[in-house]
Amino acid sequence: MSELTAAQRVAIARHPQRPNITDYIDALFTDFFEQKGDRLCGEDGAVLGGVALYHGRPVTVIGTRKGKTLEENLNCNFGMPNPEGYRKALRLMRQAEKFRRPIFTFIDTSGAYPGLEAEERGQGEAIARNLMEMSQLTVPVIAVITGEGNSGGALALGVGDRVLMLENAVYAILSPEGFATILWKDASRHEEACDLMKLTAPDLLRLGVIDDIIPEPEGGAHLAPAIALRQVDRAISRHLAELDSESGKSLVAARYQKFRKMGAAAPEKENP
Amino acid sequence: MNDIFAKRRARLLAMKAIRDNYIPGDKLVSCPHCGQESERKAVAEGLSVCPKCGYHWPLGAYYRLSTILDPGSFRELHPRLPAGDPLSFPGYRTKLESSQRKTGLTEAAVTATGAIGGRRCVVGVLDSRFLMGSMSAAVGEKITLAIEFATKNKLPLILFAASGGARMQEGILSLMQMAKTSAALARFSEKGLLYISVLTDPTTGGVTASFASLGDIILAEPGALIGFAGPRVIQQTIGETLPEGFQRSEFQMEHGFVDAVVPRTEMRDTLARLLRLHEKGGRQ
Repeated sequence: MSELTAAQRVAIARHPQRPNITDYIDALFTDFFEQKGDRLCGEDGAVLGGVALYHGRPVTVIGTRKGKTLEENLNCNFGMPNPEGYRKALRLMRQAEKFRRPIFTFIDTSGAYPGLEAEERGQGEAIARNLMEMSQLTVPVIAVITGEGNSGGALALGVGDRVLMLENAVYAILSPEGFATILWKDASRHEEACDLMKLTAPDLLRLGVIDDIIPEPEGGAHLAPAIALRQVDRAISRHLAELDSESGKSLVAARYQKFRKMGAAAPEKENP
Repeated sequence: MNDIFAKRRARLLAMKAIRDNYIPGDKLVSCPHCGQESERKAVAEGLSVCPKCGYHWPLGAYYRLSTILDPGSFRELHPRLPAGDPLSFPGYRTKLESSQRKTGLTEAAVTATGAIGGRRCVVGVLDSRFLMGSMSAAVGEKITLAIEFATKNKLPLILFAASGGARMQEGILSLMQMAKTSAALARFSEKGLLYISVLTDPTTGGVTASFASLGDIILAEPGALIGFAGPRVIQQTIGETLPEGFQRSEFQMEHGFVDAVVPRTEMRDTLARLLRLHEKGGRQ
């Protein structure tokens, strides 16, 4: 793997020509049928989802969508979902469970949209609900961080049995610019923030936050998309095969333990 | 024997509560909301609510517990769970230590078992004096352990949220506490147990987007700021000034995210009533 700085990886992760959810759907899946709407009040273009065939087998695919042209960017709010996006995702995940389909999520978002209407319609509640319900899904869930995975807005699609990251993707509590603003009141110190935040795939693998790193072509996935897409295909099919042998109950139990361990201190013996 | 221990526990909580119930000012304290001055004694005896305008001062965790638990019922859970520095973040240890000295707490959460109106329950409280009640791995761990304790012992659960959001210095591990606490609540809920979430000023960020929003019943103290994104970030994003009362408790109730806005003076009775109402399922 190439030795890039955290800040360089952030730049690659945000590259406008980096493969996005539409590329993954086109390359890895067939017969994709898009499902729109949260069945409560709206449709959110920042989250794309539906049913498709993966190597001939029905699955549910959900991903955040940034768009590559300005027009696309505007149509999908630069990949920043509103509550409807998360509620649509949850609706599709419940449906996947009903029809016993595995779930793939592809995450690339600078975060949940911090807008007035998003707050009015319960952005926090929508994310919280997804976290709770995803932890109980009895079908395999594989989450792939493909670009930027920022904040609760990324995690709301990321409670998987496997959490995979592309080699140059980043996953963090918020953007390095936001981090520097909050901590030092100075957004220009974002490169310094990148190093401290431990947001690269190797860092997160070490911290036990992700399970596997998917290699990218030298210089980033946008330089040789076909190779990157093939690597992703290989990784998710391998992890799906591992999860296929597990019962729904054992998937839920293992998923609980996986997240339960994160940030747990050494157990303290104490019985009140 | 039990009696002696109960008395000792009551005294201990009372002592910590007195330390926690401190508002700066001499004989008179001035309200940050209406600006008027009131007798310190009147404010302290009125649960730190402004006698003039009803503003609710933030409460220290032990004092909060002392205002809702039956005397002598308090037993702290995991009081020695240590604060951590999982990313070895520069300057963070010093920051933690100074917060510990300032508040007498080890971290921003205190969890306990106790009784309200004679009914046993598990109560967790976030303390906004400790690094803005932000979600650290230790806070997430304490809350999760409390949820698991309630699940195992089939006890109702009450969590008081007060948080500025994520603990920046713990980065991604702070984020993961959202998934951890929410997953623990899913297991708790499956057992048919009651979870009451109480939102106090401020409840924002990762705490709003996890356990605080997942109560069977969600209560809020009057005028509390409740939201996912903070008002400043929203204002910068949309470039407009925000309407009066935006993201306050009453606003959240109007938009369907809070069952009831409950003044602090009625909190204990309301909780006691809700515990009583949920004591037995409708079908025997």
